Amino acid sequence: MSTDVLTPPAEPGTPAGPRRAARARRRIDWGRWYTWAVLAWLFLPIVFMAAFSFNDPAGRHNVTWQGFTLHWYQNAFAYPELNEAMFNSVSIALLTMLVSGVLGTLLGLALGRFTFRGKQLTNLVMFAAISAPEVVLGAALLSTFLMMGVTTGYWTTVVAHVMFCVSFVAITVRARVITLDPQLEEAAQDLGAGPWTTFRLVTLPMLFPAVMAGGLLAFALSIDDYIITTFVSGDVTTFPLWIWGTTRVGIPPQVNVMGTLLFLVGVVLAVANIVMARRRR
Amino acid sequence: MRNRKITPYALVLPAWAWLALFFVVPIGGMLSLSLTTGNVITGFEQSFAVGNYVDAVSTYWEQILRSLFYGACATVLCIAIGYPVAYWIAFKGGPYKSTYLLLILLPFFVSFVLRTISWRFLLSDNGVVLGPLKSVGLVPEGFALLNSAPAVILGLAYNFLPFMILPIYAVLERMDPRMVEAAHDLYAGRFQAFVRVILPVSLPGVFAGVLMTFIPTSSDYVNASVLGGTHNTMIGNVIQTQYLINNNYPIASSITFVLMGLLLIGIFSYARALGTERVMEVHA
Repeated sequence: MSTDVLTPPAEPGTPAGPRRAARARRRIDWGRWYTWAVLAWLFLPIVFMAAFSFNDPAGRHNVTWQGFTLHWYQNAFAYPELNEAMFNSVSIALLTMLVSGVLGTLLGLALGRFTFRGKQLTNLVMFAAISAPEVVLGAALLSTFLMMGVTTGYWTTVVAHVMFCVSFVAITVRARVITLDPQLEEAAQDLGAGPWTTFRLVTLPMLFPAVMAGGLLAFALSIDDYIITTFVSGDVTTFPLWIWGTTRVGIPPQVNVMGTLLFLVGVVLAVANIVMARRRR
Repeated sequence: MRNRKITPYALVLPAWAWLALFFVVPIGGMLSLSLTTGNVITGFEQSFAVGNYVDAVSTYWEQILRSLFYGACATVLCIAIGYPVAYWIAFKGGPYKSTYLLLILLPFFVSFVLRTISWRFLLSDNGVVLGPLKSVGLVPEGFALLNSAPAVILGLAYNFLPFMILPIYAVLERMDPRMVEAAHDLYAGRFQAFVRVILPVSLPGVFAGVLMTFIPTSSDYVNASVLGGTHNTMIGNVIQTQYLINNNYPIASSITFVLMGLLLIGIFSYARALGTERVMEVHA
């Protein structure tokens, strides 16, 4: 109604419309070029890494282009320590995804649905856990493990990863919970469903996309983490730690291979996510 | 009815317990460790040695200042590079907005360490970037980018750029385009409309982005060790070395607290200027 009243005064401006559009068509879209230039910059090291996974280096250092080979893909698992590091990384990330997924979902559900005493404090602690520098988180955990006489290793790494991922999951889930209609749950209860049945059959299916998104985020954060992991992993080596360890003696091309493959998995997941989102709409 | 009152606490409890045990308590543990004296062999004794902090600051003030400076440079660089990108995607991205955002995030599927090491190779003295420039003669033969402050700052800006783009994009995307049209109707030029309308609306996003880039960049040590060589070490390098190599825990934890304190002062003055709610809201 009000917009109808407001549109006529804009009328005098419209004759310029087509002319302006024509000028815009002729003008170079600098923003587009700029955005693509920034994207090129972002992808430069990735392209370099992927290209050199096909390189056939002469010595130990895979830095200058010597020739094309598929050798490293055929021998991707030639380094037992690298395989072990990769296995550690993936299994730690899966465990982190599972535990922080459950804890974060419950937390996000409570934050999005209920008002309770200590809600502000909970938000504050989550905010602090997300924005605290990784060195601080790692150092604090290591200090405490040292004082309690806990030997650092695989499980301390899992504990640390869950700690910094749980807030991210909670935020993702909370954003979804806020958009849900509580009447749907009330309807289920009216139809005789108990709280657990309601949760299982109504709430959880509606939350599922957010839970998945949060879980994948936790997986990605965990598998990529270097700084916190160096503090709490003891003698256990993860993929980023192993790469770090080999920088001085020369990184084997297998690292490029695994990096490229991980990147492709990420691309596939992201594309699948978009396709699924499109279909749902 | 009683049941309903317990529910939120039951839901929150596991995550709370985890965060309390492995985040809140450890910060306290670190505080206690920072006041001890001793060494790994004889053990550490609680002596409330505030002197540790004096030692830490007087020994490492250079690295502290350098970290804040590098962090600030990288943050400014992120705004300069990221703002136009966020602006263009939000206003001109059309149906491809989410695709562009995905493209911004895709490189981050490759491990942080691996990307940084990739830069080391790219920036090396006769590498892919400098090699051709040198052979053409655009850059003098002795020119080196690696192991310098600009290399570290570039690496930091590279690694944390999305943390600046995303929050700015989020506020610009929510902005009502009619506000810009109204500005034009009131005879504002493109520049005026940007400065008077778009920029003020986007400031909360910029502030959130600053928080999300300055904190991790100023406390990072991966870029400094991979790209900075031995003369550009940051406070993160000191913390890491003191904890994991020298095992000098009292000094290591004091210096961590100094870093945390400096960042907290920054965040609080920020929150005071903007309102706590707003900072946390955009950040989340």
